[in-house]
Amino acid sequence: MLTKRIIPCLDIKDGRTVKGINFENIRDAGDPIELGALYAEQGADELVFLDITATNERRKTLAELVTGIARHVNIPFTVGGGISSVEDVYVLLQSGADKISVNTSAFKDPALVDRLAREFGSQCIVLAIDTRFEDGDWYVYLNGGRVKTEVKAFDWAKEAVGRGAGEILLTSMNNDGTKKGFALDITGQMAQHLNVPVIASGGAGTMEHFTDVFENAQADAALAASIFHYKEIEIPALKTFLYSKGVNVRF
Amino acid sequence: MKTVIIKYNAGNIRSVQFALERLGVNGTVTDDHEEIMAADKVIFPGVGEASTAMQYLKERKLDEVIAGLKQPVLGICLGMQLLCKHSEENDTKCIGIFDVDVKRFQSPVENLLKIPQIGWNNITGLHSVVFEHVPENAYMYFVHSYYAALGADTVAITNYVINYSAALQKDNFYAVQFHPEKSAVAGARIIENFLNL
Repeated sequence: MLTKRIIPCLDIKDGRTVKGINFENIRDAGDPIELGALYAEQGADELVFLDITATNERRKTLAELVTGIARHVNIPFTVGGGISSVEDVYVLLQSGADKISVNTSAFKDPALVDRLAREFGSQCIVLAIDTRFEDGDWYVYLNGGRVKTEVKAFDWAKEAVGRGAGEILLTSMNNDGTKKGFALDITGQMAQHLNVPVIASGGAGTMEHFTDVFENAQADAALAASIFHYKEIEIPALKTFLYSKGVNVRF
Repeated sequence: MKTVIIKYNAGNIRSVQFALERLGVNGTVTDDHEEIMAADKVIFPGVGEASTAMQYLKERKLDEVIAGLKQPVLGICLGMQLLCKHSEENDTKCIGIFDVDVKRFQSPVENLLKIPQIGWNNITGLHSVVFEHVPENAYMYFVHSYYAALGADTVAITNYVINYSAALQKDNFYAVQFHPEKSAVAGARIIENFLNL
């Protein structure tokens, strides 16, 4: 049976992990490759690397980093952040990424999703959506959550799936950082009405939150960052807990 | 020992090469007929679309080279499907080592089954030397919309609404639908077993 996936997310700037990460058993907590390999060893099902570098040098640095990750990490990984062209994606996939994620660039030019799916296949195109609930609905936000749009998140997700997006990575801005649980309603709506996997993101604080998002919202995967980085929840313990609650996970 | 990875227009070659490297093996990526035929082990990977890939192989007569290989060959994902008889994906006649057809997943109820299948699923009914020390029900990473049906050459089974061939084996031809190069320790073990044949 296909399992629910647990996905740690690492923010990358200039080839290094951002945020102070508290791991005593690795030499360099700022090294995304070493941290990624550690998560893989602990039983993470996939990894997401989000590049937030803004400099002109970013492309080359990122491609080199992706090659390093592919060389050392034996599970699939997605690379996102500022990807806006077929050429960007080609370079990252050639460097060894399994999937790429697009967000603002795809919203501004939806045909980019068609082009990427045609060129590389839907299976490696993840559509990331940042969304906030206000005035009775969930709206798409762009540029890392700084710019509001009038488009509803569900409508954009549905359109993007029609254009060839192979997975949805849904981050609720209302929940992100609160540690009060995932946004079950919009995650559930997408997971149940779209024919592609939905990765829930934002709000994980306890192990029960993962059970909720898998069982009640039927998310296919759940992504978190700080709770893993600060070891508030460790992956082996989380998987044991989920298994005890009847959630199908990989060991 | 020389291991080659067949170079063609279907992705994920780099990942396979890195997986070999983690096992201390250098994989040469090539489409040169002589080099492929002279290798000790041949890996036929692939992520992509069946008809485009077959056309590319035919134009370079790589389909005939592959069919004639006598050394151990490992097909991965699309590589496995292309070793079957026929694929429903754009009605493609394939190389035909394995006497099974490749079909598209069908959801019994709308949206019940997400297609492609993406993620970790377990493999059962293991009976091939490539699964030595791989436990029954081991989890492997799958990404695919089409599957090889069950047949006489099935050596591992996975369920995604229906049971299908997770692996096939016939003579010197071994093939897996999942990605051993991305399937953590258990996947690496399968590649290692293949290299040790």
